[in-house]
Amino acid sequence: MLVSVAIIALKPSMAKFLAFATSFLVLVISVVAAFHFDKNGTAPQFAVDWPWITSVGINFSVGIDGISMLLVLLTTLLMPGIILSSLKDESKPSSFYSLILLMQSALIGVFTARDGFLFYLFWEIALIPVYFICLVWGGENRGRITLKFFIYTLTGSLFMLVALIYLYFQTPGAHTFAIQSLYEAGRALGETQQAFIFVALFLAFAIKMPVFPFHTWQPDTYTVAPVQGTMLLSAIMLKMGIYGVIRWLIPVVPIAVKQWGPVAIILSVIGIVYASCIAIVQKDFKRLIAYSSIAHVGLISAGLFTLSVIGMQGAMIQMLSHGIVVFALFYIVEIIFERTKTRDLSQLGGIRNVAPLLTSVFMVVMLGSVALPLTSGFVGEFLLINSLVQYQIWIGAVAGLTIILGAVYMLRTFQKSMSGEPNSVTALLTDLNYHERLVLYPVVLLIIIIGVYPGPLLGISEAAVSNLLSLYSDLSVSVK
Amino acid sequence: MNALFVICGTGVFSLLAEIFNLKKWVNVVSFLGLLTAIGLLIYDWGAISYHYHGMLLFDRLAMAFTGLILVVSFFWFWMFTDFFKGEAHRTDKSALIFFAIAGAVMMVSFNNMAVLFLGIEILSISLYVLAGSNKENLFSTEAAFKYFLMGSFATGFLLFGMTLVYGATGSFNINTIAALISSHPVLPRYLFIGILLMMVGLAFKISAVPFHLWAPDVYHGSPTPIAAFMSTVVKIAAFTAFVKIFSVCFLYFNFTLQVFEQALMVLTLVVANVTAVYQNNVKRMLAYSSVGQVGYLLLAFSSDNVNSGGIIFYYLTAYAIASIMAFTVVHIIETKKGSASLENFGGLLKNNPLLAVAMTVALLSLAGIPPLAGFFAKYLVFTLSISKGFVALTVVAVVTSLIGVYYYFKPIVAMAQSTGEVIAISTSQKILLTVLILLNLLAGIFPDFFMVL
Repeated sequence: MLVSVAIIALKPSMAKFLAFATSFLVLVISVVAAFHFDKNGTAPQFAVDWPWITSVGINFSVGIDGISMLLVLLTTLLMPGIILSSLKDESKPSSFYSLILLMQSALIGVFTARDGFLFYLFWEIALIPVYFICLVWGGENRGRITLKFFIYTLTGSLFMLVALIYLYFQTPGAHTFAIQSLYEAGRALGETQQAFIFVALFLAFAIKMPVFPFHTWQPDTYTVAPVQGTMLLSAIMLKMGIYGVIRWLIPVVPIAVKQWGPVAIILSVIGIVYASCIAIVQKDFKRLIAYSSIAHVGLISAGLFTLSVIGMQGAMIQMLSHGIVVFALFYIVEIIFERTKTRDLSQLGGIRNVAPLLTSVFMVVMLGSVALPLTSGFVGEFLLINSLVQYQIWIGAVAGLTIILGAVYMLRTFQKSMSGEPNSVTALLTDLNYHERLVLYPVVLLIIIIGVYPGPLLGISEAAVSNLLSLYSDLSVSVK
Repeated sequence: MNALFVICGTGVFSLLAEIFNLKKWVNVVSFLGLLTAIGLLIYDWGAISYHYHGMLLFDRLAMAFTGLILVVSFFWFWMFTDFFKGEAHRTDKSALIFFAIAGAVMMVSFNNMAVLFLGIEILSISLYVLAGSNKENLFSTEAAFKYFLMGSFATGFLLFGMTLVYGATGSFNINTIAALISSHPVLPRYLFIGILLMMVGLAFKISAVPFHLWAPDVYHGSPTPIAAFMSTVVKIAAFTAFVKIFSVCFLYFNFTLQVFEQALMVLTLVVANVTAVYQNNVKRMLAYSSVGQVGYLLLAFSSDNVNSGGIIFYYLTAYAIASIMAFTVVHIIETKKGSASLENFGGLLKNNPLLAVAMTVALLSLAGIPPLAGFFAKYLVFTLSISKGFVALTVVAVVTSLIGVYYYFKPIVAMAQSTGEVIAISTSQKILLTVLILLNLLAGIFPDFFMVL
């Protein structure tokens, strides 16, 4: 249902306002859908299942369960913001907005697809608009960097494709890509085959997230991309990888996940510490946030592979929170960059004196990022670290460093940019204008609301998560 | 069959037009001729018919590929009408093109090796002349000469192979040969040599590595429209002939031949795709890419000789649509800016969005990015070969297609950067490009419709 609306809305938007209106409309629809959503049902809701390419068993099959619902909400929530954030920029023609809308429909497609082929298709289609957004409107050296990004992610996804085709041929009878059949086919495999499938799928998802050591494309791409591209990449696209793990990895090859999960956790935890340390010494504001994003994602993926309800739920809420926070952070960087023409932290300072509103907003967002209690970041990180501690106390302890290190680099950033006396670069900085307030105030509100009262959001995904894991524990019992 | 008559008739008309001073009508008649041929083909669709004592066979496969050839030729004529404008020898050229098309149709509908040879020769001789049709250009003459030498060499192989096969079996009819081979387990040893020689000859024609060396120079030197013709119509015809010979005539040996086909395939994929990376001229790069694409076709064919017809048809359709688009843009750039080097593509996205989008769609499709037709074609090929258990070969193909992404994206990156002047393009070119873009998308999103086999 949602997808078809988004695709109809895709017709080349002649004006930015049309684009905004469309995305806003989709947001309203998804919020309405969220209210109609039955929290206790485990079956996909609002499902659509049309035969598509019948000769090879591919159906246009989409549906929403609790996990999808949260991510669809996140996507539709941030899209109007992303479009709004570019409104006053005159240099972006209508094709820019049509790419953004294309991106949105592809993302919603990824989060709702219930057919392996369809999932892959949307996964790839989501890559194309963001590649062109970065290529055409990016910064210097963009040709080389974006191509690296493209080929890197494409490599991962082709491995995923091979794995999906392999699973497809394991389905009984007339082969099909339907999600349930793929699950069954995957679970029926022996240990070695599962391990191969695990590696192929994990590679695709790990590159997308990105998990250490597959992250090398990320800082360059984030830095060179125009701010809307960075927002799309970090706030939403990265969640494709995490969603992929939840939907297409954990339920498909349970034995291999049990076996190789610890490796994934260790990689993720290394990523947390490594990225945090690099973030501490970054001078470029945007790069710093890029590295902090690797650290946060590392925590999420580590939590996922603990295979506990707490970890999974923490991952869900943290995905939401991270999406919102990182969106706001990149926007703030862009606002500062636009006015001072620099992202170099050592040149900034004293912004508090000239732009108090900006400073307060940044304060809240930053606190969300370092997971202060009563902000959205806290709920997620608490649950995630909790799950890791239960899993293995030392891993939990190392992962807990993320909060400390996060506080170090974020507070240092805040101090360097905001406090002190305004210098020649920042003296003429003006405060937030109307557009910017329209984007940032709701975000600030959301960060606080989710932090204070996360119950309803957790409720949405709870049934789906425990359903997923119960399937899982049944199976691992029967294996033993 | 009727379609073939119409094509030949149109060719003869073009020849006579010179004498009777009907030059103005040549273009109109060409279009009408092609449309009539397509119409007749649709009219005859589904009826299997033999002609000339069983030397020509129009079955579903032949009809489908004839249709593909005619439709692609139609687009080709639409695109390159200016190739026939304002120059001398205009009627000759269009006559030669029509004879080449007639040869191509014979190559997909033959049921007798003599007809196959006839088709290949009609096609090739027309092309030798056409490749050199830009007489003032040294490269064009070089291309024609090279093509002629290499081509006749390949024909020699093919002919010698046919002779040996005839000597062993006593027949030119491919069904008779197939029946004879399967019923007589002991046959002269030179039969197999004959088969291999035929494979070499045909590998020249489809430009599979290591028999591809003529392709880049010839594509580069010939006028762009002729290069486009070679990489679409000729490739379709030659590959279909390859498929038909080895899936009908020598099916009995398919396990033995598979090794040779796979060797050709791996070499083609690796060598062509790696070499393409180093090209700075887009036309030359497309030449290597067209060699590389043969590798994927061979992967499909060698995995399953019997049931890959539909997939090969879809692949060739997707490939032909994308190639025609890419060559069109290259042609426009080359006419307006002098050469098709990578720098001349700079700023296209800003100045000529339609050209840039068409080129982008074409290259993305060739690279196999969803949701375009090229992706689904590659997907089908990979699925087929995995289902037959050739996982390692599929991985090779996946890796080479990643290399492909790298060089296909070079023009795309170039188009997005720097600035250049605006190029004027005619309305008919605009319409055609739009039609092709839509066709490519449709073929990618609704592949069922295009899989008629």
